[in-house]
Amino acid sequence: MMAQPSTRGLPQSIDETLALLTDGGYVADRSLATVLFLSLTMQRPLFLEGEAGVGKTEIAKVLADRLGRKLIRLQCYEGLDVSSAVYEWNYAAQMIEIRMAEAAGVHDRAEMESGVFSEKYLIRRPVLEALERSVDGPPIFLIDELDRADEAFEAYLLEVLSDYQVSVPELGTIRAAEPPIVVITTNRTREIHDALKRRCLYHWVDYPDAQRELDILARKVPNANATLARQVVVFVQKLRELDLFKAPGVAETIDWATALTALGKETLDAETVSDTMGVLLKYQDDIVRMEEGEGVRVLEEVRVG
Amino acid sequence: MAAPASQKTASVEPQGARLANRIVGFARMLRRAGLRIGPAAVMDAVRAVLSVGIEKREDFYWTLHSTMISRREDHAVFDAVFRLYWARREDRDDADGGGDDEEAEVLREKKRAGDRRAEDALDEERRAIIRKRPEFELDARLSFTAMEVLRGKDFAQMSAAELAEARLAMRDLTLPFDRVATRRFRPDPHGARIDPHAMLRMSLRTGGDLILPKFRSPREIAPPLVALVDISGSMSQYSRVFLHFLHALTEKRRRVHSFTFGTRLTNITRALSRRDPDEAMDEASETVRDWSGGTRIGTALGDFNRLWSRRVLGQGAIVLLITDGLERDHIEVLSREMERLSKSCRRLIWLNPLLGFDGFEPRARGMQAMLPHVDELRAVHSLDALGDLVAALTVPASGGDLARHFRRAHMTSGRNANV
Repeated sequence: MMAQPSTRGLPQSIDETLALLTDGGYVADRSLATVLFLSLTMQRPLFLEGEAGVGKTEIAKVLADRLGRKLIRLQCYEGLDVSSAVYEWNYAAQMIEIRMAEAAGVHDRAEMESGVFSEKYLIRRPVLEALERSVDGPPIFLIDELDRADEAFEAYLLEVLSDYQVSVPELGTIRAAEPPIVVITTNRTREIHDALKRRCLYHWVDYPDAQRELDILARKVPNANATLARQVVVFVQKLRELDLFKAPGVAETIDWATALTALGKETLDAETVSDTMGVLLKYQDDIVRMEEGEGVRVLEEVRVG
Repeated sequence: MAAPASQKTASVEPQGARLANRIVGFARMLRRAGLRIGPAAVMDAVRAVLSVGIEKREDFYWTLHSTMISRREDHAVFDAVFRLYWARREDRDDADGGGDDEEAEVLREKKRAGDRRAEDALDEERRAIIRKRPEFELDARLSFTAMEVLRGKDFAQMSAAELAEARLAMRDLTLPFDRVATRRFRPDPHGARIDPHAMLRMSLRTGGDLILPKFRSPREIAPPLVALVDISGSMSQYSRVFLHFLHALTEKRRRVHSFTFGTRLTNITRALSRRDPDEAMDEASETVRDWSGGTRIGTALGDFNRLWSRRVLGQGAIVLLITDGLERDHIEVLSREMERLSKSCRRLIWLNPLLGFDGFEPRARGMQAMLPHVDELRAVHSLDALGDLVAALTVPASGGDLARHFRRAHMTSGRNANV
């Protein structure tokens, strides 16, 4: 049904997938590697759901980087429509074309129509771009934060993702020779419809466990003191156990470790923790809660453990 | 597709068909545990397993997981069923068809609402027995806290006349027509914005001689509706009726989320989305375990704010909060959470059945804490009041806004009232 799938450079097993991600500086667990491998071999979109800052978007970036493919990103927002997601006509240039044709005395309607609505005046937006053939093989198509787009767009996407084709009424159907590698991310600010999820391979990206988070820190903040890194990870892991309004993600852990390293700290102390809490927690309620004594308690636990 | 799989599964080729059968059996078992797994997902799972191989149990687990599960909530059930099914099956490899016993077992434990309804019609006693049987899925929830009054109360206890009257009224109510503008456009001859695409297309009809103006205007849709229903003892009479109303709404409108709270918060959206009102009510009362217990409004709202508000309050949601506001403890928690709730939604409407009593004034401390944060306060004690509510949803912030009235009244004087 599709053209011969391009397996150039694609990993051939779960272990290879894991190695590929690790190469790209992404410390993944095996479950994620499994889903990614399946999504590549079965040519299915990968649907990643999870809290903010757990590294969903990063996967697409690493993949594009390691596979040497082009990364096309569609950032979703409310009201995203066909003209900003798929294609638009360059109206100003079309107007000029019409006037020029008039001046040249062209009155053949068919000729004018094909002139005005030709690919020359088509402005390609991410979806259309993702369907295009490229020399490096099919691109990575990242649909970021799909939950922000409204349901109407989701329904449209359903059509694109099932056939990898888009129809432009004036031009006809544009179809991908090879389907792109699609990665969809959502933060769950809204439930995505089952019909769309069914076409994808679903994975919930969870917070990493302590060991994996430590590995991530070792890669992302290599100049951090080893003791500090361990304390930071334990502290953050403990914070995630509290019922905070927004638990810190991996991105926050990295930021915090970077900040503490920049301050020249080698271990955590109460004062520094309280001064830099804003890097880790982004809600005033959570910060107040930490300052009211829970921060000190967690820090004690970190020191003991 | 099967190309990369062929060498891996070559050694187990004779078992290939049996493996597929087992995966189908596994899917059947998941379905019986309440997950929705379509045949397409099963086919995907078989294909995926073929390309991954079955050497590693962990890989196998995640392969099935990625193809069959599409909601995080289903993970726990998947995990349990996976362990049950694949562990036992391994033990008796040779006994073909022996697995039917386990399936029957699970089947017995999981009685579907449909069956139950059929039995309802037959006899009451049998139904009572089935009710008592422990449910596979509900075990975890039952063990939450012993202090709660855990009563899976049946909607059928509503008197027949009451129910019939209520349902009739629900059917007759015109549904809220509240609209919010989206950032999408529709063609509109009276619109305020020009539509260049349509203009150019039109102009081609005349060969480009005439470019006539075309207009468009923003498309409007119904905003999401989120209902938080207090089902504590003092409220249960009203909330039952209200659940019927919510069911009617859920049927007609796309984005309605319903939660109940007493001592804890329960999402009953899925339950209410069943088409048949009886089934929906049945499932809702099954889901809710703290029927007619005490109430902790503040904590329940806190849970909602923390766990759900960011998931359901997007895109200009309206919140209907149905409670009498009789909170005794933790007033400061209540006040804080109410503030957060009102700041995260577009409109917060408090429906209070106590307003039905003549001369009532919200003087209890809980109510006083809630009042400053609501956009509107309305009565919801009778069908008439429900009708008023519908009208209120139709017209943005119209009359009958008791919140402002009460706020003003209590600011100026301390009149005596019979609360």
